[in-house]
Amino acid sequence: MAKGTLYNKVWDRHVVDHLPTGQYQLFIGLHLIHEVTSPQAFDMIGEKGLKIAYPLRTFATVDHIVPTQSQARPFADAEAEMMMGAIEKNVSKFGVKFFDFKSGNQGIVHIVGPEMGLTQPGMTIACGDSHTSTHGAFGTLAFGIGTSQVRDVLATQCLAMDALKVRRVNVNGKLKPGVTAKDVTLFVIQKLGVKGGIGYAYEYGGSVFDAMTMEERMTVCNMAIEGGARVGYVNPDQTTFDYLKGRPQSPSGDKWEKALAYWKSVASDKDAIYDDVVNFDAADIEPIVTWGITPDQSVGVNDKLPDVATFSADEAKTVELAYKHMDLKPGAPIKGTPIDVAFIGSCTNGRISDLREAAKVAKGRHVAKTVRAFVVPGSQKVKLEAEKEGLHKIFTEAGFEWREAGCSMCLAMNPDKLKGREISASSSNRNFIGRQGSKDGRTMLMSPAMVAAAAIEGKITDVREVLK
Amino acid sequence: MSKITQIEGKAIPIEGNDIDTDRIIPARYLKEITFTNMGQYPFYDERFDAEGKPKGHPFDLPLFQGANILIVNQNFGCGSSREHAPQALMRWGIRAIIGESFAEIFAGNCTMLGIPTATVNHGEMMKLQTLVKEQPQMKFMLDLEKKTLLAEEKEYLQFDIHESKRNALVNGTWDSTGLLLANAAKTAEVAKKLPYVSGF
Repeated sequence: MAKGTLYNKVWDRHVVDHLPTGQYQLFIGLHLIHEVTSPQAFDMIGEKGLKIAYPLRTFATVDHIVPTQSQARPFADAEAEMMMGAIEKNVSKFGVKFFDFKSGNQGIVHIVGPEMGLTQPGMTIACGDSHTSTHGAFGTLAFGIGTSQVRDVLATQCLAMDALKVRRVNVNGKLKPGVTAKDVTLFVIQKLGVKGGIGYAYEYGGSVFDAMTMEERMTVCNMAIEGGARVGYVNPDQTTFDYLKGRPQSPSGDKWEKALAYWKSVASDKDAIYDDVVNFDAADIEPIVTWGITPDQSVGVNDKLPDVATFSADEAKTVELAYKHMDLKPGAPIKGTPIDVAFIGSCTNGRISDLREAAKVAKGRHVAKTVRAFVVPGSQKVKLEAEKEGLHKIFTEAGFEWREAGCSMCLAMNPDKLKGREISASSSNRNFIGRQGSKDGRTMLMSPAMVAAAAIEGKITDVREVLK
Repeated sequence: MSKITQIEGKAIPIEGNDIDTDRIIPARYLKEITFTNMGQYPFYDERFDAEGKPKGHPFDLPLFQGANILIVNQNFGCGSSREHAPQALMRWGIRAIIGESFAEIFAGNCTMLGIPTATVNHGEMMKLQTLVKEQPQMKFMLDLEKKTLLAEEKEYLQFDIHESKRNALVNGTWDSTGLLLANAAKTAEVAKKLPYVSGF
């Protein structure tokens, strides 16, 4: 059993009780909500005559259903408008702080939490969204939960949870030029599989993660769940503290030192014990592209698509389904696969550093005539910053559409969708069948710079060759 | 809340590893602000063609109508945390799921709705799937106290289930709000000791 890890320390400090079921009652320090998975939870609170136990520890924003061409109300989609109305009514009725369009702080919930300074080391965090693991970048235990659990957090500020095992995922050495945090996280998933993390929290460590910025660490932790790990985290360090300094909700003045003491105390001990340790060499990582229907079906951009025979009999069925859905052939190079749509955005890669990397590729070039390309900033703040830096001009001059903040075509709950059998190069996190709004649509996941390169060339391209 | 100890009924197989919650319920149905209609949508895009005609998915085959025990393979329910997925299955009629493995969040959501997620190994699953396909009228009984699956009243196999989930179901505490609320005073104590809760 793991001992002395950040997971153990944060868990222990938040345990309220060992429940008769054998589960643990865990206090949740920060609860984030959005419009899609909260209305039913608020209804249950109302129906049961319950109150919100700690209303100041819940924060709301809207992201999944918001249109990105215009945020003007009422929305053209009546269902989306109704959903928007429901969260507005609920936050006002129950006294929950709401980062709405007018606030200038609206955006994807996993981008808003960190940029507001709400996400801090040593917290437990829950949100009705599987990509809550993103917040683990700050050294938190952050859980994606379902709606009945959202209800529990609202009513009690607690969750009934089972303890996880802890796997240390080391990536040491130096990344090659052009290899990004997205490639690192896709690489780990490729090696450990989409089921490999079931029952585990992933602690990412080693020189590669040490050297990453907070935004890069967020990209890595965001996709822990795609490897089956509900929780992924990086131990807090000076990079974490520097990011938090001066954020709206960060501690300030003499409280800063007290906060630092707590934050430092939760980091894993040097002699911590893990349930499992895996080691990877940074030099083995190339820019990665997914070719299938699960995030572990991926290859390096200069590799060929794998033979079905290289998979176990058991996995072969999924692989065959993937080839059929994607209409790709084993043995073919992935480079050169034509694309129809390019999407840059999402909680995985919708932050300012992602847009800067994509803009470097877009600058002075033009999107291929066959490609519909768009950039969706992860939050209103990201959008404002990008516009201050002139990135929007680079994108629009290159033929990308420049949109308002939201989840957009990561899950296509708003008007941004693939049509028919369109194939997208996407900086998002899931290549599931139907994920981007068309049941026959196809998704290839990659880094934002690789998406920009694919948009320019009209096909999957090694971004390093474009930038040469 | 009811104690869930035994689930009797016919089984329905859905084959394949890594069936994600987007496949179980496409995101467009998440725009409804209640779970009321979710029973109409499970596996929608795999069941119906563009004109809305059934394509012969097990959920539409006459021989599996009325089935309530879902039989699946590995990592079932991966991806999005949407509770709409187990809600859709439950409202269609599913009361228990037997699989080789389940995604963590999905299994937790099922427990919250009183749906057991039982696991068996790959070999046993192959046998069970074949049995259900060959004899869809077979009556099964999932016994959570004995962790046994009976087929036509005879013991067919032993399954595993996470012990805390099993306890929650058999003791009738699977809807956890009550348990958690009862500890309100202890919760306040824990909160008080956390430096960030008081703003440091």
